[in-house]
Amino acid sequence: MLRKIDISTELSDVIIKIRGLSFSRGERKIFDNIDMDIERGKVTAIMGPSGTGKTTLLKLIGGQLKPDSGTIHVDGENVHQLSQSALYDLRQRTMGMLFQSGALLTDLTVFENVAFPLREHTSLPESAIHHLVLLKLEVVGLRGARYLMPAELSGGMARRVALARAIALDPEMIMFDEPFTGQDPISMGVLVKLIHDMNHALGMTSVVVSHDVDETASISDYIYVLSQGRVVEHGTPGNIKDSDSTWVQQFMGGLADGPVPFHFTARPLMEDMLEDGLRKKGARR
Amino acid sequence: MIAGWLQGIGHWVFNRFSRVGRGSLFLLQCLLSLSYMVKRPLLLVRQLYYVGVQTLLIILVAGLFVGMVLALQAYIVLVDFGAEESISLMVSLSILRELGPVFTGLLFAGRAGSALTAEIGLMKSTEQLSGMEMMAVNPMKYIIAPRFLAGFISVPLLTAIFMAVAIFGGFVVATEMLGLYEGVYWSQMQAKVDFYEDLMNGMIKSLVFGFVVVWIAVFEGYDCVPTSEGLGQATTRTVVHGSLAVLGLDFILTALMFSV
Amino acid sequence: MSTRNIEIMVGGFVVLAILSMVMLSLKVSNLASYGGDDDVYQIQAQFENIGGLKERSPVNAGGVRVGKVADISYNNEQFTAVVTMQIEAAYRFPVDTSASILTAGLLGEQYVGLDPGGDEEYLSQGGELELTQSALILEQVIGQFLFSKAQEE
Repeated sequence: MLRKIDISTELSDVIIKIRGLSFSRGERKIFDNIDMDIERGKVTAIMGPSGTGKTTLLKLIGGQLKPDSGTIHVDGENVHQLSQSALYDLRQRTMGMLFQSGALLTDLTVFENVAFPLREHTSLPESAIHHLVLLKLEVVGLRGARYLMPAELSGGMARRVALARAIALDPEMIMFDEPFTGQDPISMGVLVKLIHDMNHALGMTSVVVSHDVDETASISDYIYVLSQGRVVEHGTPGNIKDSDSTWVQQFMGGLADGPVPFHFTARPLMEDMLEDGLRKKGARR
Repeated sequence: MIAGWLQGIGHWVFNRFSRVGRGSLFLLQCLLSLSYMVKRPLLLVRQLYYVGVQTLLIILVAGLFVGMVLALQAYIVLVDFGAEESISLMVSLSILRELGPVFTGLLFAGRAGSALTAEIGLMKSTEQLSGMEMMAVNPMKYIIAPRFLAGFISVPLLTAIFMAVAIFGGFVVATEMLGLYEGVYWSQMQAKVDFYEDLMNGMIKSLVFGFVVVWIAVFEGYDCVPTSEGLGQATTRTVVHGSLAVLGLDFILTALMFSV
Repeated sequence: MSTRNIEIMVGGFVVLAILSMVMLSLKVSNLASYGGDDDVYQIQAQFENIGGLKERSPVNAGGVRVGKVADISYNNEQFTAVVTMQIEAAYRFPVDTSASILTAGLLGEQYVGLDPGGDEEYLSQGGELELTQSALILEQVIGQFLFSKAQEE
């Protein structure tokens, strides 16, 4: 695919530059003045507890949501200042996205799903598209399943098809939204291998949003840990393990108790037991 | 306490306004996206099938029965005046002016409107619309606009078919059951039913109804809360609001068109 | 559903709708009678009272429709109603033809009935009928009846 080359950003290592990002949904502040650098050609993980708005971050990067303040630059372009057509152009050129559910178009076959971006954005002849689709499916190991309908696929297979679709136009980076959630060990292993291989073989920048610590840490070059709208910690997997913060230690180690307590706030146990006993003896209200 | 209640009402009113505003902006975007279909007419054809052809059956059956019932009722009333020859006039004027457009609008809202809302809402819930955006394909152009245009084209077509079938149904009842002479049935109509005043006005109504019903259906799907409960609510709203809109607009249009 | 089948069904749907429209236009409405505008000529007649006559009401001669009422207006100087009629060019009437406003059936609508005269000259575009008979107004008839009844006694 021909792309225009912007010297300053091609030489720079940072493909996504986030500065001072703040975003609220209603009353809740989801992001509070966040800075992030996502480097080209590396696998960057964004981790944190569920509900920290990690998917929201991907939507902000992709321009589907507008931040309250701050900027996001993708490949040198300020995402939220682009016109609609320029934004679509940026998405086509740089972004591939793998949604949690795969988000395949349900009335098209696997083949047609992968061919979709090619048919919409290129004027390649059908024969070329046919070859490209087969190649992409081959990368994810699903070339034989090409005439199945999405409803006939397992969750893991659907995600792999979605991955093939995401790389159809050879974007500069792929964003993975919780790719490992709810997968059996084998599917997880497959996905891990694919992300790793694509990054190494094709130099594709990957941004993985997840809370599966072990899998994600095993393939990441750099990790950002988010909590309550802020970047709590960032660094290479080795650095993070040696982090000072007990919270980070609890999160990364998967410990049951720590700064995030096991027990929901409540009175001492004896008080509750006694009161219940009293209530049983006393008259029904 | 009253302050809280007033605040609640205020919120509700603002919500309503914001919905209408969103709906209008949505409509504008949709209309601007229509030109995409010149490049890909197949999208429109597919939607015409799902939206139009699949509503055809209920329109045919309903039209037939409405026409037949109307003829029966007209006869019962007119026979006392010895004016049973005017039966065809009563049937045709009612159908062309009112029942054709209104019935078609209501049936369309219920059958095709709810299906559109459910389909689009489901696509929203399963992130297919989001996914499309990230693939740099505008869901407005690819999904919404074709369905909108298909609905707008289908409703007048279905109305014409409804009208024809209903009048034919009336004909069958009048001649077979009630013994009216065939020639009388048609000639009474031809003399008194006006092409512009009756038929064209009815078709104009159907255009308006089609526009509004499909707009509501498509918007509710696009705007729904992406949960199963939200989808159910959105589908219900399409049918209810669509039907009420048809009836309300019918009154306004009738007053404008057929005023004394 | 294969694409080809879908296209066929949609085509059938559209054709069916067009046929319905055609049938409605021709067999149900009076579209057929709208044609032939070039082959008409207009004549006028003045009446004291037109009763329930409306625009597009038929103009008949011998019970056969020969034209329709094109316009109805009021002559404020002579205090009469002026009815402009459009007669099909195929029919010609003598200048002394009389026009009456009659009722079709008991509850029927009103129409203009032409009773041809015997003159050799024929009406042409813009001609005017001299002899007219106004519509029967029910109240006047009853009034006359009562009046004549009273006179008898």
